[in-house]
Parts: sequence; C-alpha cells; structure tokens
Amino acid sequence: MSAPVPLALDRVLELQRQFRFQWEPAQESFVLLYPEGMVKLQGSAGEIMKRIDGERSAERIVADLEATFPGVDLRDDVLQFLEVAHGKGWIRARTG
Amino acid sequence: MEKAGSAREPVSRPLWVNAEITYKCPLHCVFCYNPTDYSRYGPELSTEDWLRVFRQARELGAVQLGISGGEPLMRDDVETMVAESSRLGYYVNLITSGIGLTEKRIAAFKEGGLGQIQLSFQDSTREMNDFLSSTKTFELKSRVAKLIKQYDYPMVLNVVLHRMNIDHIQQILEMAEAMEVDHVELANTQYYSWAMINRDHLLPSREQLVRAEEVTNAFRARVGNRIKVYFVVPDYYANRPKKCMNGWGTTFLNVTSDGLALPCHEARMLPGLTFPNVREHDITWIWNESPGFNAYRGDAWMKEPCRSCPEKENDYGGCRCQAFMLTGDATNADPICDLSPHHGLVTSVVEKAQMPGKPVTAHPLVFRDDANSRRLSGAENKKEEV
Ligand code: SF4
Ligand code: SF4
Repeated sequence: MSAPVPLALDRVLELQRQFRFQWEPAQESFVLLYPEGMVKLQGSAGEIMKRIDGERSAERIVADLEATFPGVDLRDDVLQFLEVAHGKGWIRARTG
Repeated sequence: MEKAGSAREPVSRPLWVNAEITYKCPLHCVFCYNPTDYSRYGPELSTEDWLRVFRQARELGAVQLGISGGEPLMRDDVETMVAESSRLGYYVNLITSGIGLTEKRIAAFKEGGLGQIQLSFQDSTREMNDFLSSTKTFELKSRVAKLIKQYDYPMVLNVVLHRMNIDHIQQILEMAEAMEVDHVELANTQYYSWAMINRDHLLPSREQLVRAEEVTNAFRARVGNRIKVYFVVPDYYANRPKKCMNGWGTTFLNVTSDGLALPCHEARMLPGLTFPNVREHDITWIWNESPGFNAYRGDAWMKEPCRSCPEKENDYGGCRCQAFMLTGDATNADPICDLSPHHGLVTSVVEKAQMPGKPVTAHPLVFRDDANSRRLSGAENKKEEV
C-alpha cells in the first residue's frame, strides 16, 4: 500500500500517462489498466476515477459527485480516495 | 459453457494475450525463448487472422496484449495491429529489441494508442552486448531508447541476466538511470529452449547472485521511487517452483506466428497434447473447450507429492514444461520443488554452477539462428510427430 499524498484542490487532475481507464464488461466494473496489470475500481472508486479527465479539479469532482448523489456528504471520502490514487501514482495534477 | 454434471471448476477468463507475430529476428540471443525448431513452422498468420484473434480474445475478456516475436518489427503491419487492438480496448505492450524502431514507426504507434514499449538490452557494455546477440546493436538501442522517451512512452528496460553478464549489473543500472527508464526488469534467464541448451553457460553462481542483489538493493535505496527495479532470481535457486503462468489456462493465452494457441510460451514441446490452431477454431472454443487448454487445469492430473500437498494452491505443482524437460513426464512435480523425488536433477546443475570460471560443458554456446534451428528440428522431429 502506498501512503496518501495530498493534492491541491484547485489543480486540474489527469491520469498518469501509463494508465488506461475504462468500463470492462467482462469484469462488470471500471478498471485501470497499466503495463501488464489491471486494478478493478468498484462502486464509488469508479465514479470518482471516471471524472479524472484532464479538465476537472478535485474541488469540481466533489461538486459533480454531490450533484449526482444529492443529500450525501461525500467530500471527505472523495478527497481521501484522490490522495490515495495520487500516492499510488495513478493520477497527477496537470502542469500548465 | 459448462456441461451439466461436469465436475470441472468454471473456467476463468484470459486476461493476457501474447502474440508472437513472427519468429524472424535479426539477433541471435543464446537465451532466446523461441522454440529451437522454429525454422520448420508453417507460414505466419495474416493481418486479418491476427485482428480476428484480438477481437475474439477481447470479447472473452482479455485486457492486456503483448505484441512480441521474434522481433515483431520485422512485420510491416504492426501499426495496424496496434491501432486496431487499442481501439478494441486493450492495453497494448510492444516487446522489441529495438531493431527496426524508426521515428516514423514510433510516431504511428503513438497515434494508434500503443501503451508501453519494453526494450530488451542484453548488457550495458557494447562488447558484451554484441557478443550475446552477435550483431552490433548497442548504439542503435541507445538511440531507440531516446526516441521512446521523446515520444513520452513509459519505458521498461528488460535485461536477461546470466552468468556472463550478471557481474555488470552496476553498469546496467547506471545505463538505465541515464536513459530515464521507468522500470527495469532484471530477470534471470529461464531455462527453456535455447537457454536450456546453453544452461551450463548461463546459470550464475550463488555468489554472483548475492552480489547482484546487493548492488540492486543499493541502487533502489539511492533512486527511490524514480525507477522501479524488479530482480528475479533463477528458479533453480528456489525450493518451491513458480506458479507458472499464474496457473495453466487461467490467465494467459499465447498465439504463435503459425497460429497455434498455447497456455504458455513453451507448451508446444509437451508430448501427447494437440493444441488448436486459430485458423481453424475460435478463441472461445479454444479457451473453454479444447483438450490442450483443459489438460492441466485444476489438480486432477497431479501425481504425488503434489496431489496431497497442502501447498498445491500456491504453485499448482509448478511448470509443466520444466517437469517434462527435466523428468520426461509433464505430470510430475516441477523438480525445482525440494519435495520432488527428482529435485536432485536441479541441485546437481546448481552445484556445477558454483565452480569458478568458465563452465565445463560438452559444447560451446549455441546461438539462435536458422542453421542451428534446422539442425535442432531434425533432432526433434521424431518426438513431435508421434
Ligand atoms: S531473445 Fe533475442 S534472438 Fe530471441 S527473439 Fe528476442 S531478440 Fe530475437
Ligand atoms: S509438492 Fe507439488 S504442490 Fe507441493 S509445493 Fe512441491 S510442487 Fe508445489
């Protein structure tokens, strides 16, 4: 396990270049593909990763999710997941 | 899929497809994993055949595609394969010696969605590199490494370690650092095919291994997360076998240049099994139903000591090909295991490797080339055509 690494809330997030994220019918799950490997991202993890598109910041992802699932306080969980994903090297803050 | 009343466990899906699209290669590595009798195989699959295989395997759930060889770049349709398989949703890995990787091709692969390039280097010193591949390739590979970086691919440097290059591991790692690679795979030779013929020349001594691991650990401590380094010891030094291919017919599908579908790179050597050809069968039938793929699934085929072994889930009795090569029976325990009655076949080879200097062997190094392959095909004809 990698330790969570904090992310600036206002920076646009993108996948690290060696990853490919997609819905995988055979797994009935979102997956993250990387050289010679695959992680399944079920439930909320998939919903969050779906929004890492090189256009949205952490702040906007939280806002989007709260709009999609109204009435649930998701903020802490989402930010925690993003920091873990950052720590694992799946995502990065865009430069420029 | 399952027949009623069948005791067989449900078959898992293949995740990884390896396409050995050609056995042509300009290099002549002494540890080459291609079959020694490759020179007598039939014509290569066409582009359409390959695209059909990729599509069918993808429908079955495969997500990783390795395009390998031989040297895959000997074919001029790799661009089409990369673009189409990436469109299908594969993570596409190109496994190459770098020969034939021009800027034009690398740009086309990028456009097509290639995920990763694995570049193999035989050693970091030019003399050694040339010796081991018997062509002048080192400078070319350094140029190719620069191109790979320039086009922003994650890059894996693959170095096959053995007795003759393992003492250069410090230089190899420094070279990897200079090339800014993301991963280095320092995998000791696995003793199949050409490497099996050359085994006495290639197996390092225990002392060499210990030193190499020390150097690797010091390097890891210095570079931290910047470069991931994998170091794989030869299984001859282990007392339990590897879980070969993550279990026969569970994860991995290999397709040879002439269309044979195999559960591992080497399974073609196993006697008494017929493997299906993708020209005649679809991948779903091949994976789920073909006798070849079902031969060593589960544990019904096992003999003692594996059958009643509490550890059998860990390794499924090891590698069928290694069991066959060393004991003559593919249903025996992989003799790497110290519970195998044949384990002495491994320890005697390891003991020989502790003698300093050049190994005493019956024959000089055998380089992978067409002439040697034709010679070895003759020797193996009888066994294979039973
Ligand atoms: S191991 Fe060497 S000879 Fe064999 S296919 Fe690879 S580059 Fe060619
Ligand atoms: S006896 Fe067979 S199953 Fe048990 S550890 Fe050895 S190889 Fe594996």
